Amino acid sequence: MIINHPLLGPRDAQEFTYLGDASLIDRPDWSAEDANEQYYGYAYLRDNPAGLHRELWFHEQGDRSWLVVTRNTLTHEITRVEFASHVARLAGRSR
Amino acid sequence: MRYSGFRIIKEALTGNRGWQPAWRNPEPKPHYDFVIIGGGGHGLATAYYLAREFGKSRIAVLEKGWIGGGNVGRNTTIIRSNYLLDGNEPFYEFSLKLWEGLEQDFNYNAMVSQRGVLNLMHSDAQRDAFTRRGNAMHLNGADAQLLDAAQVREMVPYLNFNNARFPIKGGLLQRRGGTVRHDAVAWGYARGADTRGVDIIQNCEVTGFRMTNGKVQGVETTRGYIGANKIGCAVAGSSGALMAKADQRLPIESHVLQAFVSEGLKPTIKGVITFGAGHFYVSQSDKGGLVFGGDIDGYNSYAQRGNLPTVEDVCESGMALMPMIGRARLLRMWGGIMDMSMDGSPIIDKTDIEGLYFNGGWCYGGFKATPASGWCFAHLLATDTPHETATAYRFDRFRKGLMIDEKGVGAQPNLH
Repeated sequence: MIINHPLLGPRDAQEFTYLGDASLIDRPDWSAEDANEQYYGYAYLRDNPAGLHRELWFHEQGDRSWLVVTRNTLTHEITRVEFASHVARLAGRSR
Repeated sequence: MRYSGFRIIKEALTGNRGWQPAWRNPEPKPHYDFVIIGGGGHGLATAYYLAREFGKSRIAVLEKGWIGGGNVGRNTTIIRSNYLLDGNEPFYEFSLKLWEGLEQDFNYNAMVSQRGVLNLMHSDAQRDAFTRRGNAMHLNGADAQLLDAAQVREMVPYLNFNNARFPIKGGLLQRRGGTVRHDAVAWGYARGADTRGVDIIQNCEVTGFRMTNGKVQGVETTRGYIGANKIGCAVAGSSGALMAKADQRLPIESHVLQAFVSEGLKPTIKGVITFGAGHFYVSQSDKGGLVFGGDIDGYNSYAQRGNLPTVEDVCESGMALMPMIGRARLLRMWGGIMDMSMDGSPIIDKTDIEGLYFNGGWCYGGFKATPASGWCFAHLLATDTPHETATAYRFDRFRKGLMIDEKGVGAQPNLH
């Protein structure tokens, strides 16, 4: 698989390590009433879709940036690559 | 029709005109007591034990393709019970005992061959870990034997013992482990279940569940609606996609695992050998091909095919272990979809929905578990209580922090 890095262009997926579903960006609030329940879902439950999947890849052998890659789990086709930091800021995070 | 040596001779003398199809191809009935989704090893074994062991009837197995076309026909055929943790070892030992009597039990030649599984160790720390594992196996009634380097060399002289980075210091041998003809497992269970009245319905994909007041009523399928009192899901890699139709999120990710077969060679490798410094396991099939595999690719996938970096990684591990493998040509390779659970151990449990039961999360170790998985799932479906060897395989172990994490890597499914 080739991941089209937003800054570095097309890079072999071997340069990256994989973390999983991009929802892992949205860490629950530890001080919430139902923090236990939220963290259970955050840590253990997954949507695991057959089709488009937004997922986190870390460019470990490159510029050490975290990327959100949109990839089809049925075909391995990658349709979109964004910086995870941009995705987080767009969702209202400070960093 | 019972299969036997006498039968073969009789058929040979009468022109082989008496053989019949090993199972029927029935039309789905409108309602069953038990519907098992997934006509793989686990699903067929569940139906078989429901009928044979628990005396149930009105059972159907629904398969979206053909039976045995999924992971039961895609694995590397190894059976063993060399686990460490209390939640796992009794279950896998139960499974190995069922393998030992399986062929007589379902009257089908599954070529169960207890040729031994040898796990190699390459460091002092690994020797300690394997000693502990061997003791855990003994405590649960399994066999295990710790070998030193000389004993391993006597058994398998062709390994690379002088590898500077990964010297072979010994091994943990389970002589009762071995290999089984995987397709024959599916066929044997299918035939055994069919003989006991189970309807095996192929080309029948479940497209949805019909529910009222939190109780499941039946399934929508590509061959129409089928009602059921109890529904069991045993669909391995498709677990996430199927259970999403019942609004269930699972502690599972689907990943692709590749497996490989070389050209046929003269008998070289007697049992199963695993490399302890990388992830590589190899055995030799009765046709002579070296059957081997290694790590999963490491990203979510439903594609049933992997990528080349993993091929390279597996072959490098093979070369480090036994350099002679480099002279063998690869005949074929393929991928299967693994239901990787969050702690690397399976789930056999009820769901939040009444009448809906789940069997999955087998990661890439589901084949060896087939008989016990079927037995324990049938036990749960028939009695609504878990089998004594499967009490730990609950959904709520993640909520309660009672993980069965053999590898100790936490909720990171691509590392198990």
